[in-house]
Amino acid sequence: MMPKSASDPPKTNDLFQLDNQETAIDLKGSVFTLPVLCLKVTDLAKIEDDLKERLSKSPQFFENAPIVVDLESIKKCADDFDFPQFVTLLRGLHLVPVGVQHGTKTQHEAAKWAGFAELNGGIIQELPTAANRRKNTAKSSKVNAPQQTSDNTPGDTQLDAQGASSENKASTHAIKSIESTPSAKVIRQPVRSGQRIYHQGGDLILLAAVNAGAEIMADGNIHVYAPLRGRALAGVRGDTEARIFCLQMESELIAIAGQYRVFENKVPPEMFGKPVQIFLDGDKIVITPLE
Amino acid sequence: MAKVIVVTSGKGGVGKTTTSASIATGLAKRGHKTVVIDFDVGLRNLDLIMGCERRVVYDFVNVLQNEANLKQALIKDKHCDNLFVLPASQTRDKDALTPEGVEKVLNELRENHDFIVCDSPAGIEQGAVMALYFADEAIVVTNPEVSSVRDSDRILGILSAKSKRAAENQEPIKEHLLITRYSPERVSSGEMLSITDIQELLGVKLVGVIPESQTVLQASNSGIPVIHMNDSPSGQAYEDVVARFLGEERPMRFVEPEKKSFLKRLFGT
Repeated sequence: MMPKSASDPPKTNDLFQLDNQETAIDLKGSVFTLPVLCLKVTDLAKIEDDLKERLSKSPQFFENAPIVVDLESIKKCADDFDFPQFVTLLRGLHLVPVGVQHGTKTQHEAAKWAGFAELNGGIIQELPTAANRRKNTAKSSKVNAPQQTSDNTPGDTQLDAQGASSENKASTHAIKSIESTPSAKVIRQPVRSGQRIYHQGGDLILLAAVNAGAEIMADGNIHVYAPLRGRALAGVRGDTEARIFCLQMESELIAIAGQYRVFENKVPPEMFGKPVQIFLDGDKIVITPLE
Repeated sequence: MAKVIVVTSGKGGVGKTTTSASIATGLAKRGHKTVVIDFDVGLRNLDLIMGCERRVVYDFVNVLQNEANLKQALIKDKHCDNLFVLPASQTRDKDALTPEGVEKVLNELRENHDFIVCDSPAGIEQGAVMALYFADEAIVVTNPEVSSVRDSDRILGILSAKSKRAAENQEPIKEHLLITRYSPERVSSGEMLSITDIQELLGVKLVGVIPESQTVLQASNSGIPVIHMNDSPSGQAYEDVVARFLGEERPMRFVEPEKKSFLKRLFGT
């Protein structure tokens, strides 16, 4: 692709060489949305049980997902949390632990030895930390979170958990979705039977039909400006505020944050083929016409 | 520059081989040097439809595995000078089709042919993927019923995701929709999907509609591509398909129910 001098480094990804041909690498800042695992207990067995249950609901989304561990709730607990064992547990579940936050100094020190990076929660805005995060997350090939340089507004760099959810749920139900970044993916081609599109970390916009047997999924909202005949799953990482909008409702199945509805005998006639929006009201899926 | 055309459908029995034979014949009749390849390794049919089953000595797999050269394996069609058939092997399975091998054969054929028609096997496995992988254009054959339309949708997805053009980020394969075994009477009585339904579901440009007809079966059984049957609606419909494929504008024929005469209506057919 370009002339190589004797001192050229081993072949690297050409994409990154475009504007700087002299160096082997470029160091850039980038912002990622990562799932945060909020620990509420230090009992590894209990954590494992709850985590397994949670992951089993959407295994492919968490397959090799980088994960940040929030220690806020176990700050006051003993400092002897077994981080190496915890890492083994996470890796055994095909998660890629990348960092910890909100723990005590001792906890962070122990975490560092176990291979975690120390993240400073929602206040990370400076380049070094962002770059640090990028370095860590880059290990996971699955990361396709939006890449932005870190000179954006503080609001975009939110990385903290969105509050530990209600107390009566199992502790690891605190794997809350993080505020989705303002990135959306636009699909112009029809999504055909057997095809599956998942957009991590944002909204999915479709300009062509989603046919029967196809599946579209997004962490955020889903907009379909065409017939929706296949399956649509919004808020797949648990965002209960996510919505589905479509111009021609003929779907087989819709789901928001894990709550789903199947249309075994077709969509009710008053909605079939009509523009609708779909959202969650508590645990109930509501479909209303778009006027 | 030679064009590679794949005739595919996902579902079996919809008329891929009949279509491959007729389109290849139609192109050859118009003076284009054409070769039609049977990718259905293990279940060869194309040679039967083309009426050359007794002349098969070497086949596609022999060429792929360097046991014969193309010149030995290509069978010259008995009706058209410009048409050659590359038959499939009946004794091997589809694993014999490797991307490298297929590409080599196609490149060799590209050198002295205008069109290479690939008759895909049913399904979405190795054989079907190999048939479509190198295609420039695709003719997706669909019957007017839901399972066939669903399978065509699936294969259209594979065309846009798994082909060489998709892998190399080139201009996508040009897709054509061909509806076969269409019966206007059964459509108007609601038993079959209409052309509009199918087009709305698949969103692909229609290249033709072949009416359901006895002639197709008779032609297949006697080893003559149905396009040779000039006086039958299916033969004429295939002529139209070839013309449209080459860029001509032609109105769709045989898509409205036949108007029955008063007497026929009185006494039935």
